[in-house]
Amino acid sequence: MTAADLIFYALAALTLVPALWVVGSPNIVHAGFNLLLTLLGVAGLFAWLGADFLAVTQLMVYVGGVLVLVLFTVMMTRVPKAEGSGGGAKRAILPGLFALGVFVVLLQVATGTEWGSTALKEAQPTTAEIGANFMTSYIFPFEYVSLVLLAALIGAAILIREARPEQDDEPAAETGEEEVQS
Amino acid sequence: MMDVGLQHFVVVSALLFCLGLFAVMKRRNAVGILMGVELMLNSANLNFVAFSRYVQHSIDGQIMATFVIVLAAAEAAVALAIVLAMFRNFGTVNAATATSLKR
Repeated sequence: MTAADLIFYALAALTLVPALWVVGSPNIVHAGFNLLLTLLGVAGLFAWLGADFLAVTQLMVYVGGVLVLVLFTVMMTRVPKAEGSGGGAKRAILPGLFALGVFVVLLQVATGTEWGSTALKEAQPTTAEIGANFMTSYIFPFEYVSLVLLAALIGAAILIREARPEQDDEPAAETGEEEVQS
Repeated sequence: MMDVGLQHFVVVSALLFCLGLFAVMKRRNAVGILMGVELMLNSANLNFVAFSRYVQHSIDGQIMATFVIVLAAAEAAVALAIVLAMFRNFGTVNAATATSLKR
């Protein structure tokens, strides 16, 4: 077993052990902070695979963006104390069995299939190649995804805005009535 | 233990996926369900990158993973906005109580 293998096992543990807490912790804030460790572990595994650009993207988008959003939402939505603790074990049986069954099937596929992996090339920096691909072969998905992001941002802003139009209408109606009365 | 290869990544990814699936089904808190979805998306990403490194030896898998990350960010923004709107309307983030469409 080489040093690289040891690093892989450490990163896999960093990914999977906090993931158990993300799933199981009755406290949603603890789950959020364990999600941070899991995402860091996945970023490390990307780096282990030689995907340097993707590892940094994972750090910036997930750890810096999505996770902050998740934690802010957790803080802004008051969570009832009893969530997940009362009757949690009983409720977890059926989902647990189902997830276990899916995992057994996936494990069979993972170990029983000849994936046809070939000898590794030396890992190269990927950023330039990814950028060139975005501007050539993947130009349409690249543009579409920018549209999707724009739509998602506008949609999110509309979803969480206060119900302004009705509030604006009422004062206008009142002043109108006053004018009629006077 | 054998040398680390593609199988190891597929197994780690399968574990991560099943944990996410379990979280989606078990959690009542809408934010917890979203965390499970993030775990599942990350496991899919891990497979994309591992296969692009071990089998295809090209950059395509990494580009697909980049798109997945972008879409996951968009999904998280919209989903968390929905959670906040739901908290405003129902006073809770318990996914089992939002049944207005069920009549």
